[in-house]
Amino acid sequence: MKLLKKRKKSSKHFKLFCKMGLYLNLAFLVVFLGSIAYMGFPAFNQTYIYMTPSSDSKITSLLSRSEQRKIRLQGGIKENAWFLANSEVDQYVKQKFSRLKDSQRSLIDTLKQEKRIETRLNLNFFFNGDSKTSPEQSGVLAGAIGTLLVILVCMVVAVPISIATAIYLEEFAPQNWLTRIIEVCINNLAGIPSIIFGLLGLGLFINFFGMPRSSALVGGLTLAIMSLPIIIVASQSALKSVDIHLKKAGYALGMSKWQVIKGISLPMAMPTILTGSILALAQAIGETAPLMLIGMIAFIPDVSTSLTQPTTVLPALIYNWASMPEKAFLERAAAGILVLLGLLVLLNLSAIYLRKYFQGKQSW
Amino acid sequence: MKERFIKSTLFLCALISIVVSLAIMLTILIEAIKFFQKESLFTFLFSSQWAADGAFLKADGSTGHGIFGAVSLFWGTFYISLIAMLTAIPVGVMCAIYLGVFAGKKSKNLFKPILEVIAGIPTVVFGFFAVIVIAPLIVGFFEIFNISASYESALGAGFIMGVMIVPIVASLSQDCIESVSAKRVNGAYALGMTKKEVVFAVILPEAMPGIIASCLLGLSRALGETMIVIMAASLRPNLSLNFLEDMTTVTVHIVQALQGDQAFDSSLALSAFSLGLALFIITLVINMISVYLIHQFHKGKNL
Repeated sequence: MKLLKKRKKSSKHFKLFCKMGLYLNLAFLVVFLGSIAYMGFPAFNQTYIYMTPSSDSKITSLLSRSEQRKIRLQGGIKENAWFLANSEVDQYVKQKFSRLKDSQRSLIDTLKQEKRIETRLNLNFFFNGDSKTSPEQSGVLAGAIGTLLVILVCMVVAVPISIATAIYLEEFAPQNWLTRIIEVCINNLAGIPSIIFGLLGLGLFINFFGMPRSSALVGGLTLAIMSLPIIIVASQSALKSVDIHLKKAGYALGMSKWQVIKGISLPMAMPTILTGSILALAQAIGETAPLMLIGMIAFIPDVSTSLTQPTTVLPALIYNWASMPEKAFLERAAAGILVLLGLLVLLNLSAIYLRKYFQGKQSW
Repeated sequence: MKERFIKSTLFLCALISIVVSLAIMLTILIEAIKFFQKESLFTFLFSSQWAADGAFLKADGSTGHGIFGAVSLFWGTFYISLIAMLTAIPVGVMCAIYLGVFAGKKSKNLFKPILEVIAGIPTVVFGFFAVIVIAPLIVGFFEIFNISASYESALGAGFIMGVMIVPIVASLSQDCIESVSAKRVNGAYALGMTKKEVVFAVILPEAMPGIIASCLLGLSRALGETMIVIMAASLRPNLSLNFLEDMTTVTVHIVQALQGDQAFDSSLALSAFSLGLALFIITLVINMISVYLIHQFHKGKNL
């Protein structure tokens, strides 16, 4: 009896030990999200200074560079208004490390007492492109639009091809050497490091076909090739799990093979295929390494309007900001991460929603 | 007629995956061959000195000679991956055993999403986290013992990479643990074994090929990982056993070689393709072994 107790106890300890692994992950996630949010949220606020025509040049020097330039071009301040402060002032107001001189610090303190300093929602962050010199002016818009363009190209190319491949392999392919080679190729593609796809994009699309470097077109194509195998495998397993009786019933009614696929298999498998595609695209959005090789981490301040124009993407912005020396850029990198994670959460939620929606519809 | 047209369209789409695989291999192979025509294969494979600077464009327009010995790059890659696996395997297998054997439906619903969220985090974000949070922590921790650690240590990059790999190892291993034949597991319970004893006597031995395969897949992920190492590891090739020193990896140098404005046919730019070829071959071999093991596992299960 004593032995049994001991064994049961040891089993219980083992269970706890295994559960520890999950708690470690949970702890990591909490620390991770906590520290990113802690770093990123301040970037959603930005400091403004109230200026009057009589304000002296000392206060003007606290403003953002572009604001200073505007004032110079106008020939001084014409009327009372709020102006964007520069990032060092912003960091000081947020009580973080800043490189201001003591005299400037005391000036800010007096301005604060006069209520001429205010922090507001940082709309620049959402509606501006990148800026190399002034963090307070830089924003995610160019990166977000670029990411959308790249994903659009990726989706348009990858999803139809993958679904067609999956249908061919599941429904039509004869069991011969060619089919086996295709299957092996797909499995190999799925296991290749993503950076190798970057080399492919560089060597094939840019060097060989001469497509424009850093463009959304090349980026999208590269990511499309990367997500092909993922979507194919997901679609294949979706088609495989379609109820065989339904298909047989279709054939019994005299439907041709393509009619069965179009009328029965595809509609039944669609929810899973869609979910798989969305998840693959979500993965592609966060991918950075292959895009680095085709020049998409170049500094691009403007929102791109065509597929062949140089484009930047969200992960590239994060990478660029993270390697800047100014603390204000680190804050922006973290805020950019929050935007990116938000986008991913949105995509995943839509995948879950689609799955639920279709499951509710097909209840036969 | 229509049917045949559709079938051949679908077939063409399926061919694309072969074409892409071939294109990848050919592009990389051709560029790598160009590289080895210029630089020696022997140096690449057996020398530890990587001095690519020599290949930069000089003022008079000529390119100098760099020394491309990749041993220390590969060492860094394997060492950082080793640290990653030492983090990922224990935690991943622990998670897999808990989720596969102990967890009820409720706690599965609670814990599975955690792993899925971690699996969905982009690697550039992991890299940022490694630089901003983990590196200072490591330096601070070892300062207590008066040991100086580099901010770009192999430990920091490897640890975060390990965290990234945990979900892969956990979910694949869980699949294998759950597909161990129910007859044997129930038979073991019928003999009065506790869950722990069943795990060690029945489940683990049978699921071992599958677990090893999932760890290998994780390893190949680690070898090819780029963003974490490019942010958290350094550029200095370093053949050292000290995990507190900075190290560099193959992927870092692939990116490094293609930054800047050299011509595409310079030795430096081409070296990226030779490194890529090596990485491609290594990961391909590891993936094939792991696919073979999983295949064996599923074959053996039907006993």
